[in-house]
Amino acid sequence: MSNPTKASRDRIMVTPEGISLPITIGTRGARVGALLLDFTFLYLGMIAIMLIFVLLLGSLFSTVLDGLEEQVSGVGEFFIVVIILFAFMARYAYFLSMEMGPRGATWGKRIVGLRVAARDGGRLTAEAVIARNLIRDIELFLPLAFILSASGGEGGNAGLAAAIWFAIFLGFPLLNKDALRAGDLIAGTWVVEAPRTKLADVMSTQGAASGTSGVTGTTYEFGEQELSIYGEHELQTLERLLRNDNDDALISVHQTICRKIGWAPGAGDERAFLEAFYSQLRARLEADMRFGKRKKNKFS
Amino acid sequence: MKAPRVSNWFGRAAMAAPVDIETAALRSDRFRLEREGDWTRLEDILKRMEGGSLRRVSDEDLLALPALYRTAASSLSVARETSLDAATLHYLESLVQRAWFQVYGPRQGLFAWLRGFLLGGWSRAVREIWLDICIALAVMVAGTIVGWLLVVQDREWYYALVPSQFTDSRVPGATREQLLESLATKDDAGGLSIFAASLFSNNAGVAILAFALGFAFGIPSLMLLMHNMAVLGAMMWLFAGQGLELEFAAWLSVHGTTELFAILLAGAAGMHIGRSMAFPGDRTIMAAAAESGRRGAMVMTGVVLMMVVAAILEAFPRQLVGGTPDRLLIGATFLALWIAYFFAYRPAQTEGQP
Repeated sequence: MSNPTKASRDRIMVTPEGISLPITIGTRGARVGALLLDFTFLYLGMIAIMLIFVLLLGSLFSTVLDGLEEQVSGVGEFFIVVIILFAFMARYAYFLSMEMGPRGATWGKRIVGLRVAARDGGRLTAEAVIARNLIRDIELFLPLAFILSASGGEGGNAGLAAAIWFAIFLGFPLLNKDALRAGDLIAGTWVVEAPRTKLADVMSTQGAASGTSGVTGTTYEFGEQELSIYGEHELQTLERLLRNDNDDALISVHQTICRKIGWAPGAGDERAFLEAFYSQLRARLEADMRFGKRKKNKFS
Repeated sequence: MKAPRVSNWFGRAAMAAPVDIETAALRSDRFRLEREGDWTRLEDILKRMEGGSLRRVSDEDLLALPALYRTAASSLSVARETSLDAATLHYLESLVQRAWFQVYGPRQGLFAWLRGFLLGGWSRAVREIWLDICIALAVMVAGTIVGWLLVVQDREWYYALVPSQFTDSRVPGATREQLLESLATKDDAGGLSIFAASLFSNNAGVAILAFALGFAFGIPSLMLLMHNMAVLGAMMWLFAGQGLELEFAAWLSVHGTTELFAILLAGAAGMHIGRSMAFPGDRTIMAAAAESGRRGAMVMTGVVLMMVVAAILEAFPRQLVGGTPDRLLIGATFLALWIAYFFAYRPAQTEGQP
C-alpha cells in the first residue's frame, strides 16, 4: 500500500448480513483537527448570533449591560438567560444533531473525512451518540483545567493527584490501538474514515485490451509461459499504473516486464503493450480463480 | 458520473444494457458492466441522503435502498471471488460501507428521540439502574451523617467542608437572626432568572462530573456524592444548633428534592458503568461498558433536564415563597412527581423507541 501506516489502522467489520467490510480507523491527528475545526465553527457561530442580537437589539443590549449591577428589565433579563442557556446548549446540540444525522459526523469530521460508527457493526443509536458526547467534557476540559491549576501549585498533592487522574482520560486515545477516547469506549462507538471512492473506468473495454494496438496495429499475444510469471499483486500494481497514466513509469515497467518474460523491449507503444498484457494476465488469473487457484504474487 | 435512472429496479433484465458490455474482453468486467446501473443508482441515493434531509429522496428510492444495499453487498461478495479489478473492488467496498451507514445509521433525529425519551425511555432507564440508585442513596445518607458527626466533634471541620461561597454569614457562632436572614426571601424577582441560569450551568457540570467519574469502577462517583452530602450535613448541624432545622429543611427542599434526586441519579448512572465494568458477567468488558454507558447516557440526559427544573425552583420559588409550610409543600410535591414519573409511569415500549 502507498501508506505504510495504514495497514495498522485497518479493521474488519462484519455487517448483520455477514459481509465483512474493511474499515479504516481515523488517525488521531485527523481527529484532533476535526475537533479544533468544530470548536472554531461553534465559536464563530456563537459570535455571529451574538452580533445579530446586538445589531437587532442594540439599544436594549447596552441598557442590559448598564443595568447588570442594579435592576434589569424583564426583557433584558430574559435575553441574558437565553444567552447563558444558549452557550451551554449550543455545544451539545451541535454535536448531537450532527452525529445523529445521516452523515454521522460533525462538519469538522466531514472535512477531514471521518465519521462515527458502532463498533459491533450494528446500528448507531441515539444513546450512543449522547454518551460519547457527554463524556467529552470530562476527558477534555476538566483535565486541562486540573493540569493548569496543578502546574500552578494550587491544590497541593490532591490537585496533583487529580491532574494525573484526569490526564489518563486526556491520554486515553493514545493508550489503545483503536484510538478510542473514553467516550467511545462507553458508547460502543469508534471513529472511522468515511470512504469516498468514484467508480473507475472499465479496463478491458479500452485501448489495447483486446490485444491489438491502436498506434501500431501490432497484436500482442502472450503465451502460457509469459503469463505464469506474475501474480495478483503485480496485476493490481499494473492496474494502478495504467489508471494513473504516467508515461515515465509505463516505460520503465514495460522494460521490466519485457526483460522478465524474455521479449525484446520496443519503444513508442508501451501503453498498448501493457494494456494487452494486463487484460490477458487478468483473464488468466481470473480463470484460475474460478477453479479456486490463486496466485498472490510472483513469488508464490 | 450521472446515474442512469432505472424506472423499475426489479426489472434489471429488461433494462437496456450499455452497448459496450459485449466489447469487454473479461468476464469480470462484463459482470461489472451488467450491475453498474444498480451501483450508480445506489450511489446517487446515498449522495442525496448524506447531503441532508430525507425529503430529497423519493419514497420509491427509499424503499429501494435496502434491496440495492443487499445487491451491492452480494456483488461485492461475488467480485471478491471472481474479479481482480482492484479499483472496482475498492469502489464496491466503499459503496457497501456507505450504504451500510445509511441502512444501519441513526434511525431517529434529535427531536424524535427526545419524544420517545420523555414518553417512557427515561423512566425505563432509571428503573433499570435501581440497584445503583439504592447504593448511591445509602452513600448520600451516610455522607450527610458523616458530615454532621465530623462537625459535632470539631467545628473546624465546618470550614474545611463548606466551600467559602456559603460561609458568608452561615458560620459557627452565627446568631439565630443571621441564619434566619440567610433563609429569607429576596424582595423581588429582579435578576433571579440570571441567577437560575448560572446555577444550572454550575450544577449540571457537577452532575456530569459525578457521572463521568463512574469510570474508575464507581469509586470517585461515590466519593463525590459523599463529599457533597457531608457539606449538607455540616450545614444542617449549624442550623439545627439554633433550632432552625425545620426552616432549613424547608428552604432546601424547594429545589433540593429535585437537585439532590438528580445528583443521586447521576452518581448512580456513573456507578452503573463502573459496576458493569468491574463485574461484566459473560460479556466482554468493552461490551458491558458500552451497554451500561448507553443506559447511563439516557439517565444523564434526564439529569440535565432535572437540573434546569431545579435551577428555576432555586431562583424563583425559593427566593419568593417565604413560609416554611409552603416551601415544604413545593419540595414534597416535586419529589412525589419525580417518584411517580420514574417508578409509576410505565408506558408500553414501542418498536424503535429508546
